[in-house]
Amino acid sequence: MMQFTCPHCGPRDQAEFIYERTVDAVVSLDATPEEAMKSLFTRNNPRGVDEEIWRHTYGCRAWMVIVRNRVTNEISATRAVGPEALP
Amino acid sequence: MINFSFDGKTYQAQKGDTLAAALLRNGIGLVGRSFKYHRPRGIMTAGVEEPNALVTIGDGGRSEPNTRATDVFVYEGLVAKSQNRWPNLSFDIGAVFGLAAPVLSAGFYYKTFFGSAKRWMFYEYFIRKAAGLGNAPTKTDPDHFSQRAAFCDVLVVGAGPAGLSAALEAAEAGKRVILVEQDNILGASLIRDGQDRDGAWVEATQARIRAAGGRILTRTTASGYWEHDLVTLTQRIAEPGQIPPHGVAQRLWHVRAGQVILATGSIERPMAFAHNDRPGVMLSQAVRTYVSRFGVVPGKSVVIATNNDDAYKTAYALKAAGAEIVAVLDARPAPAGADSGLPVYNNAVPLSTNGARHCLKSVTARVNGLTQSWNADLIAVSGGFTPVVHLHMQAGGTLDWNDAAQAFVPATSRQNVTTIGGAANPDPVFNVVPVSTPKKSFIDFQNDVTLSDVDLAWAEGYRSVEHLKRYTTLGMATDQGKLSNMAALGRLAEKQGVAIPEAGLTTFRPPYTPVTMGLLAGAGAKDAGAHVRRLALYDVHAAKNPIWQPLGYWFRPRAYPMGSETLAQAAMREAKAVRSNVGMTDVSTLAKFEVSGPDAAAFLEIICATTVGKLAVGRGRYTFMLREDGFVFDDGTVWRLDENRYLLTSSTGGADRMATHISYVRQYLCPHLRVSAINVQEHYAGIAVAGPQAKATLAVLIGEEPPRHMSTVPAMISGVPVIVLAASYSGERAFEIYVEASHAAPVWAACEADVAKQGGALYGLEAMEFLRIEKGHLLNKAGGYVGASGLSRPALSEAGRRQLVGLEAIEGNIPEGAMLVTGEGVSPQGHVSAAAFRILDGGSIALGQLTDGFARHGEELIASSPTRGQMARVRVVAPHFYDTAGERYRD
Repeated sequence: MMQFTCPHCGPRDQAEFIYERTVDAVVSLDATPEEAMKSLFTRNNPRGVDEEIWRHTYGCRAWMVIVRNRVTNEISATRAVGPEALP
Repeated sequence: MINFSFDGKTYQAQKGDTLAAALLRNGIGLVGRSFKYHRPRGIMTAGVEEPNALVTIGDGGRSEPNTRATDVFVYEGLVAKSQNRWPNLSFDIGAVFGLAAPVLSAGFYYKTFFGSAKRWMFYEYFIRKAAGLGNAPTKTDPDHFSQRAAFCDVLVVGAGPAGLSAALEAAEAGKRVILVEQDNILGASLIRDGQDRDGAWVEATQARIRAAGGRILTRTTASGYWEHDLVTLTQRIAEPGQIPPHGVAQRLWHVRAGQVILATGSIERPMAFAHNDRPGVMLSQAVRTYVSRFGVVPGKSVVIATNNDDAYKTAYALKAAGAEIVAVLDARPAPAGADSGLPVYNNAVPLSTNGARHCLKSVTARVNGLTQSWNADLIAVSGGFTPVVHLHMQAGGTLDWNDAAQAFVPATSRQNVTTIGGAANPDPVFNVVPVSTPKKSFIDFQNDVTLSDVDLAWAEGYRSVEHLKRYTTLGMATDQGKLSNMAALGRLAEKQGVAIPEAGLTTFRPPYTPVTMGLLAGAGAKDAGAHVRRLALYDVHAAKNPIWQPLGYWFRPRAYPMGSETLAQAAMREAKAVRSNVGMTDVSTLAKFEVSGPDAAAFLEIICATTVGKLAVGRGRYTFMLREDGFVFDDGTVWRLDENRYLLTSSTGGADRMATHISYVRQYLCPHLRVSAINVQEHYAGIAVAGPQAKATLAVLIGEEPPRHMSTVPAMISGVPVIVLAASYSGERAFEIYVEASHAAPVWAACEADVAKQGGALYGLEAMEFLRIEKGHLLNKAGGYVGASGLSRPALSEAGRRQLVGLEAIEGNIPEGAMLVTGEGVSPQGHVSAAAFRILDGGSIALGQLTDGFARHGEELIASSPTRGQMARVRVVAPHFYDTAGERYRD
């Protein structure tokens, strides 16, 4: 079980989080049908670093992007998303 | 003295004895029968790597099969039984398999499976009877298993000299330390080798670690190394089969460590020679452990076979304890040092053993090319040392080959883990290539794999170590190849003509030693496996003794039978009440979201696939939501309670999914909107009142004109503020009353009283199904909502798709789940998804999915369910069977 650092709560067990999808699988609200299909069905699956969206479901329930190496599980960055994280 | 029993006979043990030590103390050498050939087996080791001495400990639900006798400490009343023997241990009928050994060689099962089915049927009966070790308990384990999380700066695994020193240093440097040891005492090799005979150093070190705040856990095994330096520890609070002092038998620790130090030592290797599995063949360090730690001398005349210096310590210990050393067979060509005073033979390797009545009688060896025999009742073997690298490998580490020790040692790791002591620096050994007949030279003792099996696998083309493992089952027993893997790798490398490191390695997976399943379940076992979500009105329903129906984690009343009514009778009576008078039901589990803020309407337009943003205050609308790929996600209603405040409802089953979806859309896709979307599913309890008399009932309840269809008003019932929505899922005039859950009881009571006054009834989920199927309950906008682009996929509007239709029976009752066919022998064109009866008029009806169904109304088909042996002739109709004009639920 990995350990993530929630931007709001600090280091917590992976068991408190639920995985949503990778950032490149996000279908934006103004996506064309072609873009939507690409995000849904032909997205990347790199062996190495990827940006993943997780939610601290059993904690503060906030969403975040975690940059994780899928081979070594090294977490290189975590950033908050949502209204509070807007510039 | 401690009393224990083995196979029904009572014996005495000394305090601190393992079961193995106690058996040896009582002169018991034969402890079990082997897995495949039923060969007599004894005690080979003194640790968790024991492959042979597996016994069942305890009785009833507490019984623990396949427990290593070397890993159980005897307690008063311990009950142990040998396994895999019938009728008894010394005369075992299955031993005939030993004679049939050539039949059961590597790959026997594969060959038999791929051979004719008849052959397998013939063998299966005998194999099922004879194979396997202990039996799993059939009763529930009465004990509890607890789980606990812990954090530390340094976790030290193994309390030998290296581990103790490392723990002491870290603790005295002010770090939070946890030291774990699988044994019940600390010291490991110090005790075995008698270096700390009075225990003073171990005692002092232990006291200093504790004084510095360190935590020491004995009888605790670090069984798994997971990601980000999480190590799971399995702690035995009671021994196997023992009644635990406080009800808790074992504890599972989840330790997140800053740093992990592995001082896990090494496991001695056996040597391959004929009949090396006989009781009386024991590992050298194990012999030394029994002599020095337990004061048990397992043999009177002993042969030592070694390829290293360490085994000499065993010879001295035996000699000091009064045993006779008849020969030291040293594989190395020249004497290792000064004259030891022992009968040492150099360039000597064991060839085979002989025995009678399950005892060792003699050892034959090749000394400088000549064969020579000695009478002996014990042979202590040391074939070198295998560092315990399991945790290092589970952590994602790599290994280096240490040629002097002929062993793999830990190299790099991507986690914060270091290996120290014997596990990092094993003793040097001399490489011995087995010379004797490989047929009875066992390498995996627990799974009965011999060198000849490895040779056979090679001859049949199994080249990779992974294939070899699976074909021969080598290393796949409960000991996971702790003794056997290196011997097999050596043989494979020899066949491949490469060095051992090039032959490859199999994967090390948790757990290091077997873990009780109940421990992993912990408190989640039995009733706590899934939580139960109770309705706010649970007690009110329970008092009426309904038939409950699980719905996700919820339990809802399915029907309220009166007298001797069956479920179907009760549900039909309840449904009739709704159609002809008035009924009420609990709809609290519906998903509910309160959406508020200046951008609430804009947000709902994104969530919902229908236009909802232009609702007037006090009005509501039916809506549905799509997934991003254009498929329906869920449906529900949206109500404008106030200028910037909406209530969105959706289905019970999809409530949690919808809550996540709404949060994702709000937080990730539209963080810029000024909106708050709160899950109020359990904040409000919901009561639905439906039927022709619902309006009259509501008028009495709220003391004013009830809202029109698809409208909402705030009201008071029994002095409690409620929200009344006029919406219908049943096809009748209906209202939903939402009230804060903690104040739901008086509102329910008032409704129930008025419904009863009208002569109405409570109804449950079953009646609701009937009402909805009969009604056949089902327009989207241009775009800008979730799923809009997915919905435009061409495949979704292709001809030949299945579409919703209604079905009415012309003859027979329509079976649910039936296939829809045009005639016999024709491929199905659809299926029945829900079946019911007309509530007031009778007659079998159903909803189904039919290819191009919209265009096929009026066609006759057969609904056939061969699995139930039922069929009906049906007519395709529109999916509304009742009040098709939709007039009954409007004003």
